[in-house]
Parts: sequence; C-alpha cells; structure tokens
Amino acid sequence: MTPLATPLAGYLLVAALLFAIGLAGALTRRNAIMVLIGIELMLNAANLNLIAFWRFGPHPEALTGMMFAIFSIAVAAAEAAVGLGLVIAIYRHTNTTELDKINRMKG
Amino acid sequence: MQGAISFHPDSALSAIAQILWLIPAAPIVASGLIAMLKQPRRKAAATLAIGSLAFSLLLSLIAFGHVLSGWAHGAVVREVVNFTWFHFGSAHVDLGWVLDPLAAIMLVMVSFVGLLIFIYSVGYMAHDENFTRFFCFMSLFAGAMLGVVISNSLLLLFMFWEIVGLTSYLLIGFWYQKPSAAAAAKKAFITTRVGDIFFFLGIVWLFSQTGTLVLYKGGGGAIEPAALARLLSQHAGLGLSAAGAIGLLIFAGAVGKSGQLPLHVWLPDAMEGPTPVSALIHAATMVAAGVFLVTRMYPLMQIGAHPGGTTVALTVVTWVGASTAVFAALIAVAQNDIKRILAYSTISQLGYMMAGLGLGGVAVGMFHLITHAFFKSLLFLGAGSVIHGCHEEQDIRRMGGLKVDMPLTFITYAFGMLALCGFPLFFSGFWSKDGILEAAQHWDVSKAPLVMLVVGALLTAFYMTRQVCYVFFGYWRGQKVAHESPKVMTLPLVILAFFAMALGLIGTPAWPWFHAFLENRGVKFNLHGFAEPGLGLLMLASSLVVFLGLGIGWWLYGNKSPEPEEPDALEKSAPWLWAGLRDRLYVDELYGVTVIAFYAWWARVADWLDRRVWGGIVAAVAWLFGLWAQLNRLLDVYWVDGGFDKTCEELSSSGGLLARVESGRVQNYLRILAAAVVALAAVLLWSSRP
Repeated sequence: MTPLATPLAGYLLVAALLFAIGLAGALTRRNAIMVLIGIELMLNAANLNLIAFWRFGPHPEALTGMMFAIFSIAVAAAEAAVGLGLVIAIYRHTNTTELDKINRMKG
Repeated sequence: MQGAISFHPDSALSAIAQILWLIPAAPIVASGLIAMLKQPRRKAAATLAIGSLAFSLLLSLIAFGHVLSGWAHGAVVREVVNFTWFHFGSAHVDLGWVLDPLAAIMLVMVSFVGLLIFIYSVGYMAHDENFTRFFCFMSLFAGAMLGVVISNSLLLLFMFWEIVGLTSYLLIGFWYQKPSAAAAAKKAFITTRVGDIFFFLGIVWLFSQTGTLVLYKGGGGAIEPAALARLLSQHAGLGLSAAGAIGLLIFAGAVGKSGQLPLHVWLPDAMEGPTPVSALIHAATMVAAGVFLVTRMYPLMQIGAHPGGTTVALTVVTWVGASTAVFAALIAVAQNDIKRILAYSTISQLGYMMAGLGLGGVAVGMFHLITHAFFKSLLFLGAGSVIHGCHEEQDIRRMGGLKVDMPLTFITYAFGMLALCGFPLFFSGFWSKDGILEAAQHWDVSKAPLVMLVVGALLTAFYMTRQVCYVFFGYWRGQKVAHESPKVMTLPLVILAFFAMALGLIGTPAWPWFHAFLENRGVKFNLHGFAEPGLGLLMLASSLVVFLGLGIGWWLYGNKSPEPEEPDALEKSAPWLWAGLRDRLYVDELYGVTVIAFYAWWARVADWLDRRVWGGIVAAVAWLFGLWAQLNRLLDVYWVDGGFDKTCEELSSSGGLLARVESGRVQNYLRILAAAVVALAAVLLWSSRP
C-alpha cells in the first residue's frame, strides 16, 4: 500500500468539518428532510473517521475499517429509508414537514 | 340462648288436648287474613271471622265433651302440653296450654258468646265503612281471649292478656275520629296498665321464687303443692307469705282488667266503642278475664288457709269485690246513657264475682261469671238494638214506649234484665247471685260483705227497673220513629235470652252440677240441697230484696215518661245525692286533682330539669366542643394547610419547569444531545490530560 501524502489530522479535520456542517444542518433546518440530510452528513463524517483510523492504524492490511464503513453505510441506507418513510407518514397525517409544527406525540 | 322450641307430647294425652292450640290460633289467623283483605270485601271478612270462631266453638265443644266424659268416669281431667320456649343460662322459660274443667267451660262460653256477637255485628256494623277492620280486631280479640283461657304458663297468659288489652284499646277507639273515643281508648289502656305493672311484678317474683311460670307440670308447676309450700314458708313482710304477696300483685292485675275499685274508671268510658265490642269485651269476656285470672291462680291465693278459714289475699279480694259491687251499683242509679248504666252494672257484677271468689271459692265466682256473660251480653246487644232502632240515640230520657215499636228486643231485654236483677227461681242470675250471698252468709271474718252485697242487689233491681221504664214504657220522646232491628241482630238476642234463663238450672242448690264439675266431684239431683240451714231464709230474703227494688223502681218511674229536661224522680227528693251519683261520685275528679295533677306537676319538674339543668349542661359541652373545633380549624388553616400548600406549589412549579424541556420539538432534543456530547468530549479531553 502506498504511503499517503496527507497526514491523519487532515482527514480528521475534514471529517470534523463534515460532522459540524451536518450537525448545523440538522439543528437549524426546519424541514424534516433537510434534518435527515444533516444526519446523513454526520454519519458519513463518522465513516470517514473509521476509514482514516483504519488506514493509519497498526494493521492496514486487514480490511476491518472498510468493512465497518460498508456496514455503516448499509445501516444508514436502511435508516434513511425508515426516516423518509416516517416523514411521509407524518406529512400525510399533518400536511407539513416542518419540525416546529410537529411537537406532539398524540395524533 | 337456644331458640329451639321443643315439644314433649305426652303419649297419654288425648288428641283434643294436643290440638287445643288451634282454638285460639284459628281466629288469630283469620284476623291476619282479614287484615290483608282489600277494604271493600265485607262478605269475605265476616265469613272468615265467623267461620274461624265457629271452628273454635266446635273444637271447644269437643274439648268440653272430653273433659265431661272424663269427669263422668270419676277422673280428674287436667291435661297439659308444655314446651320450652328458650333457655338462658341454666334457666329456661316454658310455655304451654292446659285442658281442665275451668278452661273447658271458659272456652265454650267465650267462643259461643263471641260467635253470637259476631253474627249480631254483621247487622250492627253493616253501614260502617271500616267493617273489615272491625272484624279483624274482633277476631284478634277472640283468639287472644281464648288464648288467655287455655294458657298453662303465666307468661303466655300475660302475653295474651296484653293482646286482649291491645284489641280493647283498638276497639274502644274504633271511631277514633271522635275525640271522646280516642280519649276513652287511651284511658282504658293506661288505667289497665297500672294493674298490669303489678301483675308483671307478681310474675317476676313468682319466677324468681319457683323458677318456673308453668302452672301445672305434673307436680313441678308454680301453683302445685311443692312450689306453693315453698312460697308459703317465705315471709314477704307485713304478715304476708310470698304466696300471699304474689297473689295480691296478680290480683292487682285483675283489678285493672276487671274494673274493680279503684281502677274502675276506664270501663264506663270504654262504652265509646261500638256496642258489640261493649258486649263482647267490656261485659262478657275481657273484663271477666280478671276474675278468670284469680280463679286460675286460686291455689296460690288459697294456700295457707285453715279448713273453713281464709287468707289475707282472699280477704282483700272479698272486700274489693264487695265494695265495688255496691259502689258501682250506686252510680248506675243516676246515669242517663243506656250503655253507661250497663257499664256500671258490669263493674258491680264483676265485684260480685270477685266477692264470690273470695267468699266461697272458685265455683261460686265462676258460676256468676258464666251466667253474667250470657245475660250481660244479651243486655248490651239489646241496648245496641235499641240504639240502632232509635237512630244512634243513647240517652234514655229521649226514648220510651219501645215495647210497642221493638217487641222482640223488649222481650229479650226483659229476660236479661230479670236475670241481672236476680228474679227468683226462673232466671240464671238468681241462682248465681244467691250462691255468692250464701257464701257471704257463712263467712266467718265479717258479715259486712253480706250487707253490702244485699244492698247491691237492691240497687241492681232498682236501676234496671228505672232503665227499662225509661226505655220501653211510657211514650216515645225521640225525634224520628224507632224501628225493630233486622233478624241477624234479633236472633242472637233470642238465643242469649234462652241461656240467660236456662243456665241457672245447672247451678241450683238441688243440683249443683256446675260447682261439682269445676271442683271435680260427683253430683246427683237432691232436693234436700234446699234444706240447708239458713238457705231457704236467704233465698226468701234475696227474693224480697229483688221485689223491693223492682217495686220502688216501678213506683218512681213506671209509665210516667218524664220529659228529657224534667229532673229525675230521685233528683227531686235528694238533689245533692243525685248530683254526686250523676257525677260518678267524683272518682275521676279525685284522680284529676291527685294522680293526674301530681303527674302534670312531675312532668313540669322534669321539663324544667330538662330545659334548665340537663339542657344547660348539654349546651355548655356543645359550646366547649365548638371552641375546640374552632381551634382545630385555625391550626389546620394556618399551620397544617400552609405547609402543605407550599409543598404542593413548589412541586407543581418545578414540574412546570421540567415540563418545558419536553417541548415536543425534535430539534431541541437534538440540540441538548449535541451540547451533551460536546460537554462529554470536553470532560474526556480534560480528564485524559496527564
């Protein structure tokens, strides 16, 4: 495996940035779909970290980090599907996707 | 306490003795059924009442026949059925009934006279709107009276005695819309209660001494020799044995019920009730219950007497009876209400019975009771017929000449009147009264009762003549024309008239069948009975007295028919005496200023105590508790509630604060989560530094 030009801190910095952007989106957007997108961004930041730590870890030849990341992406896909399904169900019920207006558990 | 009723039927008992209880039960059940009838069903009520009493009469006759046949074979018939009512501790209370000659005679008399009066009532009460209620009470009365007669337990007797008193109260007050009837009912009830209290004391005393209230129990009863000997050996003070004292207490009950001095005041007022009631209850049966009671308890009264002698109890009975006989006869002379005259006459005759018991024993008194029951109920029913025929008029001064308008009533009434006066030889009253006079003649203690009773007989003949002259002779002084009563009323009169005459034949000195039957000895017809020393003279004397009374009466009142406003023939000659007699010798007034005044005073004292003393204490206690309650309230409001309210307030406000976190906004939660993660990271970073 070829050595990398960029040190680990660079990857971590990018991942942190991505996480912060995702968090900001999830916290500030009103639209439930946009919040979901923010969450996906944060998940991907975590995936990036997984890959980075694996690549700079003591056993890069074993594909452990890659496997984690792929699992995580699959889970995220499933989660996104569930989340979108929920958003559609809520929209059908309340006619809105704005999270400020969805504040009750009771139908 | 065990509630079980256990029967011990003796196999030697006759069938009739075992079912004797049916005799009182039938009318009582009929009374209950009538009470459940709907108001307008008159026919059903009368049928039930008369049918049940006829059934009782039938059984009574069978019982009488049974006793009679036993007596004819020389056996002493006294069959008892006792059973235990309940236990308490080691003692137990027994009830039971008895069939003996006394009970048998009374059974037949009560059910027979009762039946005739029931039949008569169908006519007399025909227009009354409370016809069914009347027969309900009458049936209950008849049942209870028959119960009194057969009771073998003083307690059972007392229970029936009180039911009889209750029905008497209900029937005197039958027309309770009239204030006088309501007052008379109350008076009767309360006056007899005075006697009943003493009676009950006697019962309790007897129970405490003998441990049983059963009268006959094969040697173990309260008036059988063993118990009597024990009672006689105990001294109760004042020279009396326990037996004598208990006897006197029981006699006090009889005084109340039988209207003897000084408790006679209720009986004349009891005439406010319907006339059949007066005839059945206040002439023939209930008032005779007192006499019957003394007879029933005679062994107790008599114990301790030397042969031919007497006891304190019997002496008291004699004096009370004799003074009542003459006292009530005096008052009867000056009454103007047809029923009131008969009421005083009843009191007087009850006095004769009591005197007869005291002087001559069971048979003498009982014979007069039986004959009196027939002729006095005849007189009352005759008076009822007269009242009915005269359109509810009761004042004899507004009648007259009825012998033409009401011939059948007149003839039967005359029979009753002659029997009551003791018209010689042909009427029952002569023989029964003569028995009493004869006993008085042989009394060793004093001859005064004889004199009193003879004077009473003279007065009886006189006042009855006066009444008959006023009512049936002379000319009519009323408003509307009188009419004869219907057959349903006159038929009982005829039957009773027959017995008023014929009954005397069973108790003549030549053939004293009645006395022998009651005293369980043999009898045969023997004309030498008349030859007893002094008897012929006595009979002659008493006949003369009767003729004298009749003669004076006829001479004074005859066919004269004075106007209602005109003073009485006697009043003209002795106005002060007349006024005293007319106002019933002021006994009621005397009670008014003594007993009743004392009662009223005592009630006022009690009222004052209640209002001032007890009321004050109660009010003070209430005030104290109010104060205490106020204190508690203040504590509650300002201390307990204050702390509690504060706690609640804090809890609710902190709850509100916490609730604000749960806003339901997902992004808020997310923010908190993010902040927490940041904080966690900071802590981790901080703590991981070397």
